[in-house]
Amino acid sequence: MMENGFSSPRNDSFPAGLRVLVVDDDPTWLKILEKMLKKCSYEVTTCGLARDALNLLRERKGGYDIVISDVYMPDMDGFKLLEHVGLEMDLPVIMMSVDGETSRVMKGVQHGACDYLLKPIRMKELRNIWQHVFRKKIHEVRDIEILEGIENYQMTTNGSDQYEGGHFVCGEDLTLIKKRKDTESQHDEKDIGDNTSTKKARVVWSVELHQKFVKAVNQIGFDKVGPKKILDLMNVPRLTRENVASHLQKYRLYLSRLQKENDFNNPAGMIKQSDSPLSDSTGNFGSQNSINLQPTDASNGCYGFSGSSLVAHIVDPRIQDGDRKRLVTTPVAEPKRGFTVDAPNPSKPRISQMEFGHPLAPPQSEVNFAKFDFSFRTKYPWCGIPQTQLKQEHNPIHLNDGFSRLPVPKQLSRADYPQPAPAISSAPSLTGRETGCPVKIKPSHNDYSSNANHASSTESAVESCLLQTKTNMTDHQALVPMSSTSSMENQGLNMNCLTDLESSRKNINLGTLPFATLDEDLQVCFVTGDYYMNLGLQNIEVQEYFDPSLLTDVPTHLDDGLRFDYEIYDPTEYSLIDQSLFIG
Amino acid sequence: MERNQLRRQVALTRQSLFDQGFLDDQFIQLEDLQDDANPNFVEEVVTLYYRDSARLINNIEKALSVYNFLSFPSLLDFLVQQHFYIGAKKVKAECTLFREYCRAGNGEGCTRTFQQIKKEYATLKGKLEAYFQVLFHLMLPLSSLISQ
Repeated sequence: MMENGFSSPRNDSFPAGLRVLVVDDDPTWLKILEKMLKKCSYEVTTCGLARDALNLLRERKGGYDIVISDVYMPDMDGFKLLEHVGLEMDLPVIMMSVDGETSRVMKGVQHGACDYLLKPIRMKELRNIWQHVFRKKIHEVRDIEILEGIENYQMTTNGSDQYEGGHFVCGEDLTLIKKRKDTESQHDEKDIGDNTSTKKARVVWSVELHQKFVKAVNQIGFDKVGPKKILDLMNVPRLTRENVASHLQKYRLYLSRLQKENDFNNPAGMIKQSDSPLSDSTGNFGSQNSINLQPTDASNGCYGFSGSSLVAHIVDPRIQDGDRKRLVTTPVAEPKRGFTVDAPNPSKPRISQMEFGHPLAPPQSEVNFAKFDFSFRTKYPWCGIPQTQLKQEHNPIHLNDGFSRLPVPKQLSRADYPQPAPAISSAPSLTGRETGCPVKIKPSHNDYSSNANHASSTESAVESCLLQTKTNMTDHQALVPMSSTSSMENQGLNMNCLTDLESSRKNINLGTLPFATLDEDLQVCFVTGDYYMNLGLQNIEVQEYFDPSLLTDVPTHLDDGLRFDYEIYDPTEYSLIDQSLFIG
Repeated sequence: MERNQLRRQVALTRQSLFDQGFLDDQFIQLEDLQDDANPNFVEEVVTLYYRDSARLINNIEKALSVYNFLSFPSLLDFLVQQHFYIGAKKVKAECTLFREYCRAGNGEGCTRTFQQIKKEYATLKGKLEAYFQVLFHLMLPLSSLISQ
């Protein structure tokens, strides 16, 4: 079954050539696992950091079939990474750990892991991992079959990968669709026109789309909500009831998870921007809590649900490189806007605000937060999650952590630089104030913080904060190490974010675009779905940790930027906040 | 003839490592992974193991010295993981014991067990080094000999 040089595992020799991405901070194990996987005839790529893994995944959309990740990693909680991957790329993720405690395993599954292996892993366990890839494909096929069927009669072949089932389905769907069209049109209309490409047409829940979704849900009333009602309200062409139904399910899971996890994240929680339509009414960040980004479901890519606190931005897996960037940023603060340096940073202020949604934040921050659409975060697990991850043990102050996430914004806007600078300086003070580090950046945050221009300064600040918080947090994540690495990495990431943001600006596909552009977004979605949310996501994370206290330090002009044009987050904003927050 | 002796020596050394409980079958898994593409795979992995676990042991020692038991669990997890990978049986057992003491808050037990960990670790390291030395000598001659 071996063949060399597969470009795609889906070949006749499947599962040989399966493209596996392994993430583990332990180099010894990484080496062993790599060898074992190679023995299974898989194509292996290894990463020592979650950050790197996310970057790789985003850069090479569709470049991997499955991800295997350790639960404990220095720069990001494995669960968070899991969520991100699930939302952004919708790839099957296998968790691994030496710890086989039921609660951990359960958590893994809740976050969307398709399997949880105990180290040391045996060869035979690895030989079967391809089944997860296969299973997912089949499910995807079902999801998009209708769309594909309608869209491209000819694409039936391509849409569903190599699975023949997909083809058949398409055929049937077409018929069904036609019939439906005659009768009820809603679905049909939505189904049609999707086709954007021959690639798998998957509905990618972009930030905008998700925000629309959340809006609809809130309008109907969470209790009375139903897929059909939501679908009608959303009025998005090419969206099917099935899409909404599965998304709703995920959203529900996400919310329930959020509630459990974010008791104390609430204050800080992601703030939904009230401004942006996406944020819906949840704009209030005050009430929102941690941004819990997306539900653990990894299947669909992004959920950005805006949950009470979180702005569910829809992570748009579709985001292609350019788009992704945007998306990434958007969740945080629309990339277009505040993030990039170039962009006028009206969003910047927003970001800070958003983050500050946290109750601790000064009142003004709250307002701002509302603007901030955290839905964005919800999408990305990593975005919002940082807070949760941080373990809310600390008090709301941890919001700071959220700030740490902000670093992302930093990276985005070079222009923001000056701003963050002050923030940075204030950061130390914040730290003092806060029990935890204000900037406590979760390991994952590290990325962000480093991104910022000031990354170096912030990072160190952040790092110190992190360390502090770390001890508070009881997180088992490796302390220390991450700060240093993250800062570096963040820098890199930030840059990416920046570019992403900028590019995203242009890309409508990014979730950030208003619904009007949904079509485009939808189209984008149809991409392989391996999109990685770009750094924007990272930004999101940052946001979560918005530290209200930091807000106070943040320049006032940041507030101005908060208003969002769209529903989407302005990643730029986040970056702003980030920068300031990250003062670390 | 010499090679035969060498081979025998290698086999004996290796077997003793198992018999004396220093290594378990995880080590065999490692050996299975070794092939022509990675002829020194096992040694490479073990080297990495030394490096990482040495660092971890240092960290634990520091933590112990300041009675920072909080950080133990995670550090220990890492350490245990290491030993898992290469099948360092005795060290693993001591680590597990150490972890239990930590969880129980038994400071004295922790300190004592930790000393044991260090001791076992050093012993294993010595033994593995000796093993690889012999193996190396065996490998020196033409590889064709080895395949026989």
